[in-house]
Amino acid sequence: MKKIFAFTIFICCIILGGCTLVEKDDAKNILYVYNWGDYVDPETLKIFEEETGIHVVYDTYDTNESMYPRIKEGAIHYDVICPSDYMIQKMIANNLLQPLDFEKLPNAKKYIGEKFFEQSRAFDPDNKFSVPYCWGTVGIVYNTSLVKDEVDSWKILWDEKYRNEILMQDSARDALMVPLKIMGKSLNETDKEVLEKARDMLIEQKPLVQAYVVDEVKDKMISGEAAIAVVFSGEALMIMLENPDTDFVVPKEGTNFWIDSWVITRDAENVDNAHKFIDFMCRPDIAVTNFDYLGYSTPNIAVQELEEDEDYKNSPVAFPDPAVYENQETYIYLGEEMDRFYNRQWMRVKVE
Amino acid sequence: MAKLKTIYLAIIFLFLYAPIGVLIAQSFNESRYRGNWTGFTLKWYESLFENEDILNALSNTISIGFFSALIATIFALITCLALREVGKKWRAMFMSAANVPILNADIVTGISLMLLFLGLGMKLGYGSILLAHVVFNVPYVMLCIMPQLIALDKSFYEAALDLGASPFKAFTSVVLPELRPSIFAGFLLAFTMSADDFIITYFTRGAGVDTLPTAIYSQLKLGIHPEMYALSTLVFFTILIFVILFAMNRKKI
Amino acid sequence: MFRSVGIRNLFLAPFCIWAGVFIFVPLIFIAWYGVTNADGNFSLENLEMIFQTEFFRSLEVSVILALVSTIVCLILAYPLCLILVERAKSAGLIITLLFVLPLWMNTLLSTMAWQTILEKNGILNQLLRFFSLPDFTLINTSAAVVIGMIYNYLPYMVLPLYVALSKIDLSVIEAAKDLGASTWKTFYKIILPLSLPGAISGVTMVFIPALTTFAISALLGGGKLLLIGNVIEQEFTFEYDWHLGSALSIVLMIFIVVNMIITLAFDNSHEETSD
Repeated sequence: MKKIFAFTIFICCIILGGCTLVEKDDAKNILYVYNWGDYVDPETLKIFEEETGIHVVYDTYDTNESMYPRIKEGAIHYDVICPSDYMIQKMIANNLLQPLDFEKLPNAKKYIGEKFFEQSRAFDPDNKFSVPYCWGTVGIVYNTSLVKDEVDSWKILWDEKYRNEILMQDSARDALMVPLKIMGKSLNETDKEVLEKARDMLIEQKPLVQAYVVDEVKDKMISGEAAIAVVFSGEALMIMLENPDTDFVVPKEGTNFWIDSWVITRDAENVDNAHKFIDFMCRPDIAVTNFDYLGYSTPNIAVQELEEDEDYKNSPVAFPDPAVYENQETYIYLGEEMDRFYNRQWMRVKVE
Repeated sequence: MAKLKTIYLAIIFLFLYAPIGVLIAQSFNESRYRGNWTGFTLKWYESLFENEDILNALSNTISIGFFSALIATIFALITCLALREVGKKWRAMFMSAANVPILNADIVTGISLMLLFLGLGMKLGYGSILLAHVVFNVPYVMLCIMPQLIALDKSFYEAALDLGASPFKAFTSVVLPELRPSIFAGFLLAFTMSADDFIITYFTRGAGVDTLPTAIYSQLKLGIHPEMYALSTLVFFTILIFVILFAMNRKKI
Repeated sequence: MFRSVGIRNLFLAPFCIWAGVFIFVPLIFIAWYGVTNADGNFSLENLEMIFQTEFFRSLEVSVILALVSTIVCLILAYPLCLILVERAKSAGLIITLLFVLPLWMNTLLSTMAWQTILEKNGILNQLLRFFSLPDFTLINTSAAVVIGMIYNYLPYMVLPLYVALSKIDLSVIEAAKDLGASTWKTFYKIILPLSLPGAISGVTMVFIPALTTFAISALLGGGKLLLIGNVIEQEFTFEYDWHLGSALSIVLMIFIVVNMIITLAFDNSHEETSD
């Protein structure tokens, strides 16, 4: 009995030890970063730690939506996060972010293109909360050996010929965006009847679709599993480099122009370090390193010149003609109720 | 008939090991992308040992698995001993209550534990994962120990007491050896469950604390880093060797 | 085994406290979320949602797929375990362990591997093409999801069934045969009733996770199948509607409770004979 008792105490000590071990971290010069998976080159984090002596605790999420409750519930006090446009707006609306001090962000002021700040006003009206990090469009990647038609419209995704060869995005907004654009509507549509019509188009399309995917799309297009896919432009670049038989177009009906930006949370405990980190990420040499690693277009105006790899430098996907993104829409946060309505429509498509 | 049986075993064996074969093959694939074989390489094994994130996740998985299984085993043993002596109805009720965490959808258990920890003012981290793992491990161990404990003949224990042994001595020298196989099985099952869980861990973990399954889960959608395949291959062969050694030793005894 | 009820209760106390904090409090959280709406008022609207097409259909599909995989697991596991028990006498434990070993591989990785096997240009189809056979594409169908479930949960059926079968006294079976019972008759008159507890716990251990999974359907169903597990996951992580998510979990718990009652009923009848 005594031994059991002693053992129980021993175990308790281990548990408590585990807890305090984690808490000890706080005393140090530290920064909590919560970012998309695979969204910075790990090398740059090391450089940051060496240069500043700040220890970075780096964590990742896979969707804006899975990040949100963890921030909202205050499960962990992350300092810097990198959400997308509409999510930034939602977080601002719910008072989860704090304004940035641009005095501490000289690189951001100098190197981030003015037009990206302009575009950011769609979700961050005074440019107070966010510094753009990556941007892109959504378009169609297709396998040139399997698709002989000219691809310039979203309508090709409804073509009988490509039955079981089509990959669609598996998220309510990105999926409904396609039929909305075909109908010539806004991708921030709030008319329920129009949305129901868009939903019916997706249901009609479902037999042709091979799968609804998120990031698996890269694997599948590279290995030639499917012929046509809806992808983000950054992924398209990666696919085209791995599989030369593929090409990327932005359909003529228009598309989503998205921006992921750095923000600082309201509850951040290391605000100074957070500013240092964001500014560091805007430094041209770091931006180039990250761009090479990610392939996503960067708002940093110094990057194209510094880029050495010709494949990247001359890529119309990474550095498109300005005409491509002119007049394109950005998602905005439509409110809880509308969000839910979008999701319900998408669920209907999936259970059919 | 014997041939038919062998064929049946072979088919199921193939079914169970085909994906493992694929994983092993992928660990030697030059391409970073799945399903695109570009040549044989060992580079993922090299980069595995330089990848601190994966190694950290591995050590977390092992230590959380070990400690949560250990605590759960001790806890379950104490509880089972007491439950042996309560009435059948009570025992059934207690067992059902204990089973709730494993019968509930993982995501529900995970989220409700996260709410609980936050409600208790705990900081999420290594400790909270460990605690959560103990929660779902206890019932697994109880499921393993309880049947054998009920089947146990009490008279040996009582005989030991009559011969003047202390209850503790009687327990360790009579009851415990009898229970050893099921305690061992329970511990192993608990360790396995802990090492494979990702949903509950995902919700109860703190910043920067990853286990292998959460690391894999976060890579899943973006394409798994081939180092993971390399690691799984190594894990597989390690376990295989352990299993063979274990089986051989068992035979000797 | 204890000298007094007091000592017994002392042993029981940690569990009671434990169960209170880590089992019942979280359950109360879920129940509370399930029967309130976003404003915190009592309402059954979330529970009623299950009768809406989207939710009801996904529940229906989940139950069917879980049932199918449980039955297939049971059918596969019985002969397997019988053969293993028979062989264990000669070949030792190792062969049995080999059949449980895949349990230690990461669920997500091995499910991904199934994707590589089953997809259109996957290993299975390449093999078929090599032998000039027609393609057989399973990926992104419910069949693929069922294969994934069987793969991941078969060891959970094998383990308890194997334990139950290995406990059966061989002389009983031989006696039956000596008395002229056919193989089939021996099976369902002797082996089946004696191994039933093992089979029941196997069924529970396969059915429940198969009913609540979301990873397998996400990886092998190509997002075209929405199981109740996926819906709950979405409500909690994507849509942030914990009230609806909790209500759906409560619905799921009904299945679990039914399962528990059946198990208890069998347990009781079993124990009465053995005590």
